[in-house]
Amino acid sequence: MAKSHITLTINGNEVEALVEPRTLLIHFLREQQNLTGAHIGCDTGHCGACTVEIDGMSVKSCMTFAIQAQGAHITTIEGVANADGTLSALQEGFRIMHGLQCGYCTPGMILRAHRLLQENPNPTEEEIRFGIAGNLCRCTGYVNIVKAIQYAAAKINGNPFLEAAQ
Amino acid sequence: MNKQTPIEIDRAERTEKLQGMGCKRKRVEDIRFTQGKGNYVDDLKLPGMVFGDFVRSPHAHARIISIDTTRAKALPGVIAVLTAADLKPLGLHYMPTLAGDVQAVLAEEKVLFQNQEVAFVIAKDRYIASDATELVDVVYEALPCIVDPFKSMLPDAPILREDIKDKMVGAHGPRKHANHIFEWQIGDKAATDAIFDSAEVTIKEMLVDHRTHPSPLETCQSVASFDKIKGELTLWGTFQAPHVIRTVVSLISGLPEHKIHVIAPDIGGGFGNKVGAYAGYVCSVVGSIVLGVPVKWVEDRMENLSTTSFARDYHMTTELAATKEGKILAMRVHVLADHGAFDACADPSKWPAGFMNICTGSYDIPTAHLAVDGVYTNKASGGVAYRCSFRVTEAVFAIERAVEVLAHKLGMDAAELRIKNFIKAEQFPYHSALGWEYDSGDYHTAMKKAMDTIGYAELRKEQAEKRAAFLRGETRDIMGVGISFFTEIVGAGPSKNCDILGIAMFDSAEIRIHPTGSIIARMGTKSQGQGHETTYAQIIATELGIPADDIMIEEGNTDTAPYGLGTYGSRSTPVAGAATAVAARKIKAKAQMIAAHMLEVHEGDLEWDVDRFRVKGLPEKFKTMKEIAWSAYNSPPPNMEPGLEAVNYYEPPNMTYPFGAYFCVMDIDVDTGVAKTRRFYALDDCGTRINPMIIEGQVHGGLTEAFACAMGQEIRYDETGNVMGASFMDFFLPTAVETPHWETDFTVTPSPHHPIGAKGVGESPHVGGVPCFSNAVNDAYAFLNAGHIQMPHDAWRLWKVGERLGLHN
Repeated sequence: MAKSHITLTINGNEVEALVEPRTLLIHFLREQQNLTGAHIGCDTGHCGACTVEIDGMSVKSCMTFAIQAQGAHITTIEGVANADGTLSALQEGFRIMHGLQCGYCTPGMILRAHRLLQENPNPTEEEIRFGIAGNLCRCTGYVNIVKAIQYAAAKINGNPFLEAAQ
Repeated sequence: MNKQTPIEIDRAERTEKLQGMGCKRKRVEDIRFTQGKGNYVDDLKLPGMVFGDFVRSPHAHARIISIDTTRAKALPGVIAVLTAADLKPLGLHYMPTLAGDVQAVLAEEKVLFQNQEVAFVIAKDRYIASDATELVDVVYEALPCIVDPFKSMLPDAPILREDIKDKMVGAHGPRKHANHIFEWQIGDKAATDAIFDSAEVTIKEMLVDHRTHPSPLETCQSVASFDKIKGELTLWGTFQAPHVIRTVVSLISGLPEHKIHVIAPDIGGGFGNKVGAYAGYVCSVVGSIVLGVPVKWVEDRMENLSTTSFARDYHMTTELAATKEGKILAMRVHVLADHGAFDACADPSKWPAGFMNICTGSYDIPTAHLAVDGVYTNKASGGVAYRCSFRVTEAVFAIERAVEVLAHKLGMDAAELRIKNFIKAEQFPYHSALGWEYDSGDYHTAMKKAMDTIGYAELRKEQAEKRAAFLRGETRDIMGVGISFFTEIVGAGPSKNCDILGIAMFDSAEIRIHPTGSIIARMGTKSQGQGHETTYAQIIATELGIPADDIMIEEGNTDTAPYGLGTYGSRSTPVAGAATAVAARKIKAKAQMIAAHMLEVHEGDLEWDVDRFRVKGLPEKFKTMKEIAWSAYNSPPPNMEPGLEAVNYYEPPNMTYPFGAYFCVMDIDVDTGVAKTRRFYALDDCGTRINPMIIEGQVHGGLTEAFACAMGQEIRYDETGNVMGASFMDFFLPTAVETPHWETDFTVTPSPHHPIGAKGVGESPHVGGVPCFSNAVNDAYAFLNAGHIQMPHDAWRLWKVGERLGLHN
């Protein structure tokens, strides 16, 4: 199949590539760019394991063709850690609050939470639950994911977070 | 406050540094998972790797007239198309199942369920493979199908399994019909029948634990790479039991077992889905052997939900006999078990209905009888233990619903009836009527703590007021209080009654202390999110006095790990956790001899103190485990072999019996059928607690899966065998919005036979949660005399209950 040339920015790096028009962004990221953090869980856009950030929006990368990302700025889980290599507030929150188990939904969940906190730096529990409703987790029951996001919000805002993982 | 002595402070500091058992150690795994650096099967990329995809049957039951692969093979990029005709000469068109049946790898003459594997296309990328599946021309002749298991054994039922139609003795005894798989009975039938004939009160209810699916977020997948020169196969896959997979692959492929390297990397959830062997694994192996290049197979979600291992589908006629004061005298259960097209249940070989005979539950029921008939239908095969030990969710659902039905009939409070019939603490070890020896329990204490915490009496009072208000027409909401007091049976199991394909269900740990005092430990189990890398290290830290952060846990590589039966049925802590403690204690015994030599005292003069052996009465004379490790490699005592390592294959003397008391408070709008869980309280007793943070996480997750199963999740078929809604559009997985808040609590009743007293917890919340939710729904409608309401309790079905009861007029 004829390939198209795309240029885009992924985690701050400029990338040029040839892609088939039908190549899904998730396959492009995982297989051509070796960014295997985003996962495939459902094929129908329901689970959110493939969530990445494109130009300031949370996007399910299994619902997007790579060619649609022409000129886009993409952030994946691999680009979320602090510049010095330490865990970001969200990554740290997920670990401290036991907000993950098998780890499969985690990259998508963190990317989604990242955008949520950009748009609403101090969300209520209800706003967090609604905000991550497009991302499914089979392991945690969400309680500790909510706490992880609250932890990160507090840390980013410079507020104390007193809730400890039970 | 008592002031600690300097010695006590020192000991507390050293203990804390270990991060051993009982502390909320943060997980080791999360460093990589939060950075997208997990290593799952589909992340694997090998030079020359190609992709396989299945052609699947659109029919539930049909004869295959012809398969023409010409058009598919002509598509550029297609490398091969395998059909049963290719596998048959290799003897691989069928594979053995764990339940003693065989299962088609690729359909030969007939297809027996929708989406059954018919051909395997191998292409240079996954898109081309997918394209080519549509170019394989298969001509079918549709046959009448069986969807309702109650029709499987009718005299005129179509024969499904023609391959075994003349084999009237199956793996578990005589078959009564060509579509019958087995009958399994346990208990005293005559005595049970006699009690029912004369009992003051009896109840009988058909309780259906409907067909569902474990549906981990990562589907089943594998990569097979065969090295033709060395004759060695490396197989990466989503395997909860990698060692068993290696043995199975060796048996069916004829490759010697030492030339098969099975690797289970990080697994994105299992919940029972990844115990069995699937056609995709076999086809990736065959493809790689034939082509000499690595072959990857990755299931999509629809394939996962509709083909690899459903759960449940138990139709349980459940009866209790009791006195009019509410003392339960006997239990009688008949199960019709729908196993689908092949008997591919993942049970220990001698247990065709798993541990369904735990169905007498937490109650002292002196007499019981259980019979299970397994039948074939035109549905996917499986019958896996979805986040539970084998058929334990079904068993607990049966007894916990049945006691509520009995309470309703007696006009008794459901909690009071339970308490009246509990096995008493002094009765343990308790021998149940259906053959188990419960190791330990204190049910009355747990129940009292739960009822006090939830405010049970006030809830019933509120419910009575709400019911009166409803009957007066002042509200359209009804309130239910769900109770479940479950006893599980996990940690399979003793070799006298548990094996998989003849291999005893031990598990193993191999611990090696390096000269500098750090440790690598390798296990026969395989985590799928349970946090084994964190918790096994905590056991070793406490046993050996080496900080958990200096201990690496490795699982899933069958070349390096000792043989084990894997992770399912909550067996990792009860079996491999025990192996870990025993192996550590072997090391400790040797370390004590080395320390005695170093300190020039008799070993009997030494005592263990957190991380060191010290001379009794002379606490300043000691050797730390780290110092001992160096000495083990540098100057061991004369005649002692150097090194400091041990392996243990742990044969459990008994199962473990975790239990718990769960309460659910629910409000249902009778006009919409929408049910809202106001409160859910879960008290678990899993014996000794290794990591309270991880236990709580396991409970949250299990409750969420229980909520899903009880309140909507279902694999449904229409009358022609079309699987309805095998995608996340229709298959209910709760989001953060629907999922209730969970309150957790605990009591601790250690297992007397386990080296550290631990019982396992990962599945308790699912097992106890499903009946708790269903009881809450049923309790809500009970005052309207709704009768037993079957699961799943989605809004549509509850709305229909309102219709049936005339509530919408």
